[in-house]
Amino acid sequence: MAHNNNSDLNVLHPHITPMSTYLKVGGALFGLTFLTVIAHQFNAQLGAFAAPVAFLIALVKAVLVLLYFMHLKDDTNMNRVIFGSGFLFLLVLLFFSVLDIVTRVTEVSPL
Amino acid sequence: MATTSAHGDNYLNHEKGLWSWLTTVDHKRIGLMYMITVMFFFLIGGIMALLLRLELFAPNAAANVGGVLKNGDVYNQVLTYHGAIMVFMVIVPGIPAILGNFFLPLHIGAKDVAFPKINLASWYCFMAGAALAVLTLFTKKIDTGWTFYTPYSIKTGTATVMMVLGAFIMGMSSILTGLNFIVTVHKLRAPGMTMHRMPLFVWALYSTAILQMLATPVLGITLLLLAAEKLFGVGIFDPALGGDPVLFQHFFWFYSHPAVYIMIIPAMGVVSELITTFSRKVIFGYTAIAYSSLGIAAVSFFVWGHHMFVSGQSETAGILFSFLTMLVGVPTAIKMFNWVATLYRGSVTFDSPMLFALGFLFLFAIGGVTGIMLATLPINVHFHDTYFVVAHFHYVMVGGTLMALMGGFYYWFPKMFGRMFNEFTARMSFIFIFIGFNVTFFPQFILGAMGMPRRYFDYIPAYESLNKISTIGSWLILTGFLFGLYTIVQGIRKGAIAPMNPWRSKTLEWTTSSPPPHENFKVEPIVTAGPYEYR
Amino acid sequence: MSTDSATHGGVRSAHVSHHFKDATQEYDSGKQGIWLFMVTEILMFGAILVGYGIFHNIYPEMFAEGAKTLDWRMGFINTLVLIFSSFTMAISISFVQKNETKKAAFALATTVLCGAIFMVIKYFEYSHKFHLGLYPGHFLDTAKVGAEHANLGMYFGFYYCMTGLHGIHVLVGMGLIIWLLIRTIRGDFHSQYWLPVEGVGIFWHIVDLIWIFLFPLLYLVG
Repeated sequence: MAHNNNSDLNVLHPHITPMSTYLKVGGALFGLTFLTVIAHQFNAQLGAFAAPVAFLIALVKAVLVLLYFMHLKDDTNMNRVIFGSGFLFLLVLLFFSVLDIVTRVTEVSPL
Repeated sequence: MATTSAHGDNYLNHEKGLWSWLTTVDHKRIGLMYMITVMFFFLIGGIMALLLRLELFAPNAAANVGGVLKNGDVYNQVLTYHGAIMVFMVIVPGIPAILGNFFLPLHIGAKDVAFPKINLASWYCFMAGAALAVLTLFTKKIDTGWTFYTPYSIKTGTATVMMVLGAFIMGMSSILTGLNFIVTVHKLRAPGMTMHRMPLFVWALYSTAILQMLATPVLGITLLLLAAEKLFGVGIFDPALGGDPVLFQHFFWFYSHPAVYIMIIPAMGVVSELITTFSRKVIFGYTAIAYSSLGIAAVSFFVWGHHMFVSGQSETAGILFSFLTMLVGVPTAIKMFNWVATLYRGSVTFDSPMLFALGFLFLFAIGGVTGIMLATLPINVHFHDTYFVVAHFHYVMVGGTLMALMGGFYYWFPKMFGRMFNEFTARMSFIFIFIGFNVTFFPQFILGAMGMPRRYFDYIPAYESLNKISTIGSWLILTGFLFGLYTIVQGIRKGAIAPMNPWRSKTLEWTTSSPPPHENFKVEPIVTAGPYEYR
Repeated sequence: MSTDSATHGGVRSAHVSHHFKDATQEYDSGKQGIWLFMVTEILMFGAILVGYGIFHNIYPEMFAEGAKTLDWRMGFINTLVLIFSSFTMAISISFVQKNETKKAAFALATTVLCGAIFMVIKYFEYSHKFHLGLYPGHFLDTAKVGAEHANLGMYFGFYYCMTGLHGIHVLVGMGLIIWLLIRTIRGDFHSQYWLPVEGVGIFWHIVDLIWIFLFPLLYLVG
């Protein structure tokens, strides 16, 4: 990030993420990928939980990528809000489309 | 600071030659390039509208004057191109890309938009997409209507793919413009220009840009899926494979309803500027108008289902959408109220820009109120796909957006070209457009209520007299726009040299010379007060 | 136009275009523009995921049948490749910020290579499916492939649309990173100017992010 407290706004002060952080995050992402594949082997036992487990792991991975690789951790609140708004409006699309399709089939004409 | 600089260094003569225009990154020049292209497409779309009206002059049974388009197939094609060109190439880019590009940086005291090269790229995207779309005229023409509804669009001629790819690329252009505007507003305001000191036109453009960013990508993927459906038969929208054509409508209107506000919100911004300037009075309810723009933008994402009341959408969704749609009336009415309240006890002068603004108030009120009628579920079922709907959205799109575009164009003409226009011909253009518009479209409300369906190339004799009136009105509109064209061309070529601030406005763009210098302001302005310090 | 990065007594100065006041303003604007563009990517991919979710719920058995034809090992390897490429992309920014140009170039080259590996594996997956006659939509001959569900073509419609669109993004990303690589070797980027690297990096991570969700969605959850 280029936050400046000194007077010269023409000098950027990059926020350099240390290599150790990248290694840890990269390792965690690899580990989680293995974990999701291992969980996949127990799909039969997990039953209805198979999908939520897989997506939960994917979500954790996504958050790691967002915070550390994409540096959202050190970014401005505005940029976080901007990115979050995309998901919010996606939910709107999902909500109304599903609402229509779910309520469509159950309706029976009274005539 | 000189009062005139028509012969000094300005953005028009800073660099010379066609190449300097095609490679320019100056937002003012890009605005003018958009102006020329949009005017060109408006001409094409307008000719098609005149042809449609000519066809409908008389029912084909008594085909003496009517029947110019030979048959229903040609009529359907002309109707599709009229819709697609007017929506994607005229009204959506209209105000943001022409007036917005030109005046957003001037309004907030910036030298340019945040990403000038991306701004130029957006013009090239627009041109490429428009070229693709228009070139379909020379292949197998499309006849789906501008909405490309499945399953018909999958079954009809292959030019649909080219057309939707053109629309996709124009969507990219829209996204790039929106992105540019948001960052410009956030980051490039002059010292002292707080968010609450921005002119209301900037607030409107900002709200529009948010819509462009959030809605257009969904149209993009929808059109790509439609192309994939057509080329590879993927089955997502195809009932034969268990797909759902109504889902296409959901995805399509998720963009295209907010797109309606992409068309109208900038117009509202222009009208806010005009009314306060020509009333010589501080605008009534600045914050209310500013935030109602954002409010309309937000609500617009929750209402798209009102286009689909008879599509097979569930009743539950229909009732919810009907209710939510009425909410749009709230921020819109707030704006109307504030504009009228600004006029109250103002020193109103009726210069041509103001005439268009007042015309906007009158026509938009009719368009808006009939919109509430159409939002009412049971009424909509009766009026659906009749001329009532056609009249309604023309009152909003033409009576709203085009009136504001014309008014804004006259208002900023002296700043853009450094010359004045002929006030008499400008007023004539207003009179003909305003009267012609009402003559054309008001009878269509009655026709719709009588049950005349839209998109048909023929009708029963009972509808004849009103259709004749409507067609005659279209010639009046043509006369009005010819007056407008004359005013513009004559003004650019021979108009009197314009002073720096002919309307005695208070916003920043009038503090620089006419036309503005290459980087807008000789000295960066420092803002110490709100935009409308009249009295 | 722009006053390109100039050397002042050995110290590289920041890049400031004509319409910005200072480097901080330019950097913050650029960053915000990139994030706004990412929102459009999310909505674009998101819409197709919404469609997938809806039809997955309507035809769960058909989707399960489709998912069985995918080899999760291929998706697994591709996930690892893409995550590794994201890692190298991320560290390249650090190297640029520390003026370690050679290391940065090496990291970027590795990223492109990983992208290429991803596409090669994708190519084998696609050609295997074509070989089996698993085409999208109407082109899938249900009798020939012995499908249990008459509309199995729709699953492959989604499969090809989603992975295809993602693949196009990988290709675009590779092109952009090659452009970065050339500019890095030319010495355009340094501790005062790295915005393009960061921007393309964010794009590349979004592509990775989407794959992180596509992998369980297509390969694991049947």
